[in-house]
Amino acid sequence: MSISPSVQATPEARELSVIFNRADRIFRRIVTAGALTSLILLGLIGTFLFVRSAQIFNDRGLKFITGSNWTAGSGDGIIPDDFSIGPMLTGTILVSVIALVISMPLAIGGALFVEFYATPKVRKVLTTLLDLAAAIPSLIFGIWGVVFFSSYGERWSDLLNSRFGWLPFIKVQNEVFGRSPFVAGCVLASLITPIITSVSREVFSRTPRDLVDTCYALGGTRWGAIKTVVLPFGKSGVIGGAMLGLGRALGETVAVYLLLNIVFRYNFRILESEGGNIASLIALKFGEATEYELKALVAAGFVLFLLTLVVNMVAASIVERSTRRR
Amino acid sequence: MSTMIVPTERANVAPEPTTPWRPTRKNKSISSIVFLISVVLSAAIVLLTGLAGIDGFGLALFAVFMAATIVRSFRLNQKNRKDAFVGVLIASAAVLAFFPWMSILASVILKGVRGLQPNFLVENMQFTTPDDELNMGGAAHAIIGSMLMVSIAAAITLPLGILSGVYLTEIRGRLTFLVRFVVQSMSGVPSIVAGLFIYTTFVNYTDAFSGMAGALALAVLMLPTVARTAEEVLKLVPDDLRSASYALGARQWRTSLMVVLPTVRSGLMTAAILGVARVIGETAPLLLTSLSNNSFVFNPLGGPIGSLPTYVFGLLQIGTENSINRAWTGSLVLMIVVLILFTTARYIGGKDKR
Amino acid sequence: MSQTVQTSVTSVDGEQGEPKVVRGLEAKNIHAWFGKHHVLKDVSLRFPERTVTGLIGPSGCGKSTFIRLLNRMHEFIPGAAMAGQVLQDGHDIYSPEVDAAAIRLKVGMVFQKPNPFPAMNIRENVLSGIKLAHLKVADHDAIVESCLTRAGLWKEVKDRLTATGGSLSGGQQQRLCIARSLAVEPSVLLMDEPCSALDPGSTLRIEETIKELVEKIAVVIVTHNMQQAARVSDFCAFFLADGGPGYLVEADATKKLFTNPSDTRTADYVQGKFG
Repeated sequence: MSISPSVQATPEARELSVIFNRADRIFRRIVTAGALTSLILLGLIGTFLFVRSAQIFNDRGLKFITGSNWTAGSGDGIIPDDFSIGPMLTGTILVSVIALVISMPLAIGGALFVEFYATPKVRKVLTTLLDLAAAIPSLIFGIWGVVFFSSYGERWSDLLNSRFGWLPFIKVQNEVFGRSPFVAGCVLASLITPIITSVSREVFSRTPRDLVDTCYALGGTRWGAIKTVVLPFGKSGVIGGAMLGLGRALGETVAVYLLLNIVFRYNFRILESEGGNIASLIALKFGEATEYELKALVAAGFVLFLLTLVVNMVAASIVERSTRRR
Repeated sequence: MSTMIVPTERANVAPEPTTPWRPTRKNKSISSIVFLISVVLSAAIVLLTGLAGIDGFGLALFAVFMAATIVRSFRLNQKNRKDAFVGVLIASAAVLAFFPWMSILASVILKGVRGLQPNFLVENMQFTTPDDELNMGGAAHAIIGSMLMVSIAAAITLPLGILSGVYLTEIRGRLTFLVRFVVQSMSGVPSIVAGLFIYTTFVNYTDAFSGMAGALALAVLMLPTVARTAEEVLKLVPDDLRSASYALGARQWRTSLMVVLPTVRSGLMTAAILGVARVIGETAPLLLTSLSNNSFVFNPLGGPIGSLPTYVFGLLQIGTENSINRAWTGSLVLMIVVLILFTTARYIGGKDKR
Repeated sequence: MSQTVQTSVTSVDGEQGEPKVVRGLEAKNIHAWFGKHHVLKDVSLRFPERTVTGLIGPSGCGKSTFIRLLNRMHEFIPGAAMAGQVLQDGHDIYSPEVDAAAIRLKVGMVFQKPNPFPAMNIRENVLSGIKLAHLKVADHDAIVESCLTRAGLWKEVKDRLTATGGSLSGGQQQRLCIARSLAVEPSVLLMDEPCSALDPGSTLRIEETIKELVEKIAVVIVTHNMQQAARVSDFCAFFLADGGPGYLVEADATKKLFTNPSDTRTADYVQGKFG
């Protein structure tokens, strides 16, 4: 039996597609609707926050973000309402940056230790501990910070002030330490380190074994292999983790509320006992806010929402890109 | 012609496996002795100089270790010396990272256990002031309130989260990328913003603070966690399973509901448990939605309701010795609940990996 | 070729108290385990200078494990254990005072999949070994040129030394890896199936490179390709493992092993009756 070559031209391709029957269509619609709730929810949050506070943006415009007062008016027009979140916005960023700066070396060092220096049994214990630390509610960080840590924070602030008080952001006007951006930043650092360490450890563990072996085969030490291969490989993952930690720090309420005096003055001196962030401002003023003040609080929440959304979107794309590449 | 095999007496008995690269017994005991000496030396430094406290001890220990490393690596070449130094640095960073968490767990246990008496778990604060002795009053109302709100939140989020997961893995429609991206971004919404959102909608609409409002705020925070975990466990189901089901003539809805979902039952339970663990300690959203209460409230729509986080938070603000002790005990109960959830999730999650 | 061997191998069993220094690498009664699993049994081989030794045999016979014992890479696997001696110029590389990293400078390794460091360009890749080992080298450019030349890659990349390793073809990447290993001046180069991921053209180029390399160093190459072993090696060692640990069946000059082996199993294998 021989196979004769076909003399006909190649036939046209027939596109195959799936046509779902009624039951499946209903199923797919229900599932899609369920999945869309998150999209809808996110949109709703942004919309409602904006709508409820639109008046504030209308009245004050950009001064809402740049001004530095928060005074509830007397209601009869003698003292006007004057709400701005300027110092709270800078305070949010200041405390979060302090937390990130303290946390990064600890997180990277911790992740490297767990992945490359610990024995397998120790590694398992530490990883479990890491997951547990990520689950500790921030409230407990707050209570620990107030009761246990603040005395240490005070001592360190005093030391820093006496040694480095000539630096502009270290010197203070009031030598009362204990509730400063620095102390809050330290506790916040402890709060966000689990996330960053976990993400970093995950990335480090995915370094191709081949490359690490080559470093050793060339006569390198453990640190040589880490410096040459592991850190460059994990760079984007670590940055993604850092942004996740930053996002968490930006939105933190209770820990900052308990450890930082809310004062409406721009403050970049990290040992000074004044500061605040938007989230703790909302928590503080909510109970006795007037109608108009409530709108201002919602506006502040909207700004915070946008800020954290941007940071988290960037973090999500970085983390996704670094995990997809492998 | 030279042979390659070195003429040797072929041993008939296989020798014992050895690991000559591991530190010898002698080396290990030297290391332990050096470690002990360092600890003692650091303690001496702390006592004799102005250094004080745990941080002083830690600093002294670090300095002693560095000095010991310098001495021990004196004979080595530059590359190995650097390696030794970096080793000490990395280990120190790890200790600094893990120490606060251990300190927190220890503080919560040590300071909270005093108040963990039976009355804590069965009484409320309706007739006790926070400054009363620890054998009066309790947090039963807070525990019940938390459980109530979290259950409602779970009842809302679990179906929605599963539907999200099913959409992303089974249907894989055109919105897949968008849904996944939004879920990931939503997990970063600050908890106070979630509370604020429910305040501007539900609380305003019903003109009341309530447990339901609190539950809704928690649901907003819980949804991304549940959706993401659900997607992860569904992704683990091999495509072969779905192919087999389709090949038998089953439609998509049957495949998803009766073949795929049952396979990941424990995974979905893990998703729910992780979601609950995520929100059970949240304070900020509750401050704007369910406020707090000193008595038992069983109706989610019956006005402000107590919860463990607001209970602890309120006591902390009062600041007397007894109220802070109660706060610690409340934190201990919270931590125990988180621990139980955490361990259960691990145990169930492990069962899926058969 | 045999003459080169005979003159470079000094006497093993020293007569009249002569110092017995065997130049080159020598494995004596090597055993290897992964945990309780015995994977290599009683292997003894010598690798004289300026020779190419091929390790052949079906997969799973412990050949890769064996060469990893020669440069102390075996110990990185959790649960690894060994017995026996590996002598480098007469000194046991497993004695406790030996610095393993220093051994790996003398005994280099090229892996199966070409793996230039992705974060570095070609020039940096070649110099990476020097950086990792903290070696003091006067003229970096000279080293880069000499190693790439020895690896047979210089002409192709001399104008684009700052390009990334990923821009090269598979065969070129593997030659880059060879150049990288040569930069730290090993006396032995271990190659674990270096051509199995490459096309026949690149394979031939690498075999030419090996023939040039062997003028200065010893090469040990694990290969599944018998024709390659016949083409490239001076000596061959045939491994087998019938269900248990791998062991050495026969080791001899390549010509003899392929045309007139002493063991019937060797004869069966080289004739393609199994494997």
